[in-house]
Amino acid sequence: MAKVLMDGNSAVGEAAIRAGCQCYFGYPITPQNELTEYMATHLSRRKGCTFIQAESEVAAINMVYGASLVGARAMTSSSSPGISLKQEGISYLAACELPAVIVNMSRGGPGLGSIVAAQSDYFQATRGGGHGDYRTIVLAPSSVQEIADLTHRAFDLSDKYKVPVMILGDGVLGQMKEPVEFKHEAPTELPIRSGALRGAKGRPSKIVKTFTSNPAELEEINWGLFRRYQLIKKEETTYETFLTEDAQLVVVAFGIAARIAKGAIRTLRTEGLKVGLMRPITLWPFPDEAIQELAKTVNYFLVFEMNMGQMLEDVQLALAGRGEVAFYGRPGGVIPIPSEVGRVIARLYYQKGLK
Amino acid sequence: MKKIFSRPKSLKRAVFHYCPGCGHSVVHRLICEVIDELGLQDKTIGVPPPGCSVFAYHYFDVDMAESAHGRGAAVATGIKRAYPEIIAFTYQGDGDLAGIGTAETIHAANRGENITSIFINNAVYGMTGGQMAPTTLKGMKTTTTPYGRDKILEGHPIKMSEILALVEGAVYIERVALSSPANVRKAKAAIKKAFQVQMDGLGFAMVEILSPCPTNWKMTSVQAWQWVDEEMAKEFPPGVIKDITAKKDAS
Repeated sequence: MAKVLMDGNSAVGEAAIRAGCQCYFGYPITPQNELTEYMATHLSRRKGCTFIQAESEVAAINMVYGASLVGARAMTSSSSPGISLKQEGISYLAACELPAVIVNMSRGGPGLGSIVAAQSDYFQATRGGGHGDYRTIVLAPSSVQEIADLTHRAFDLSDKYKVPVMILGDGVLGQMKEPVEFKHEAPTELPIRSGALRGAKGRPSKIVKTFTSNPAELEEINWGLFRRYQLIKKEETTYETFLTEDAQLVVVAFGIAARIAKGAIRTLRTEGLKVGLMRPITLWPFPDEAIQELAKTVNYFLVFEMNMGQMLEDVQLALAGRGEVAFYGRPGGVIPIPSEVGRVIARLYYQKGLK
Repeated sequence: MKKIFSRPKSLKRAVFHYCPGCGHSVVHRLICEVIDELGLQDKTIGVPPPGCSVFAYHYFDVDMAESAHGRGAAVATGIKRAYPEIIAFTYQGDGDLAGIGTAETIHAANRGENITSIFINNAVYGMTGGQMAPTTLKGMKTTTTPYGRDKILEGHPIKMSEILALVEGAVYIERVALSSPANVRKAKAAIKKAFQVQMDGLGFAMVEILSPCPTNWKMTSVQAWQWVDEEMAKEFPPGVIKDITAKKDAS
């Protein structure tokens, strides 16, 4: 189909519908309201589909849990403070091995913070977020086109591995309009996951539960999850590299920060600086092997984030002392421009005697 | 010889873990009898809560899915909206439905969600060891109201059935008491009606069941069943609190 001009929030909605999303449950919070409104307009009247503006984020994620139980593709979305509220439900989804897609168009924090874009939910997103020993797959788009593509992938990954998948965007990605092409048509029949709870017809009754009074049983459940996470790490780790082949310094950034860094790198390249970009697309699983591979030829890394150094820890863990890691961060929702990031990159480049 | 009493088909052959005199096992059986009588065993999903009845899924021979504390009505909403042909019921205690889950309950009722809630009110948090519940009676001693519930400090026993009766989407609310064989039969009739309301697609139905907890009330089973009648029923009068199903049927 032809490209259309669309904001990131609406693009999530359209891509979700085309991925066979049957149920959307949401609660208003800026800067992701366009997504809730898009689903109210475009999903609610589709045959067999459900849109509910829930009484809270807590209720919304638990409605997702209910819809996922019976095998429907279900989604909820929010922004940072609301995502905190959803963590209880995400933990239960992970424990019950139920697919779900959760969108976080993140904003400045902590607390009520601000309504502008920030990347300060990286820790929360990549470390499980709620209680217990679990992970969610975290996809970090950096353009409206990628939002559309990753939304479709999120539903597929979630069903394939029976884990909740989070799309971690931010206020800029949610609000900005770009041309986008949707590569899938909406399915004519809504997909129903096999093995879901649909009533004990022609089979014994089934139980979906997380509680057990037997620690050995819970240990087995956790081992099972861990093995699945290892498989996900092996199969699904995704990243983009940009001008890294001959780079002497590589910027590591995700989401909108990577977009800003890319602009800076393009300019610096015209000035002859050999700099490149590593952009993790899956924040969990984190592309640590790809970063280790880069470290064979690159000695200097600059992690740039719109927070005070969260992905930085993953980069440091990946490098484990190989190469030098510097950091530049702007917290609280301040959005740096490419020339500012470019100055930081150039300063480090010259300080380290690269040329 | 004619068989006049047997285990309901949808009640598993398992030994209840509940304390002697507890109301849960009685209510489990009543729900299973109703599921059998209405022919719902293969088209029902039950949503049990955390608490003593977290193990309800070991007893109900229907599909069951555990809910987080208080979220039963939201989970059942998701189930029912995604799969309207299913019969979804929640099984919730007083801490669950009247405390941590009041928002989910009231709003599910207000949307007129076509689900059935079975609300066990025993005036204490049972599994955690007998702490004050939102429905603990005034003056009643619990482990967190060791001097008796003081309305100035701890508030009043909350009356969820009366609150829900004010909510437009709720069509059938009845309170029953497990205090005598006759009242147990009334409880069953109310449960059956609450499922029937859902089968007829009329809206939100809830049965509040005043239920004995001899262990945490520190009473014998007989004393506890009497206490339901003599004390609890004064604060929470049994009866039909709201029934607009006839009007709904006609419309």
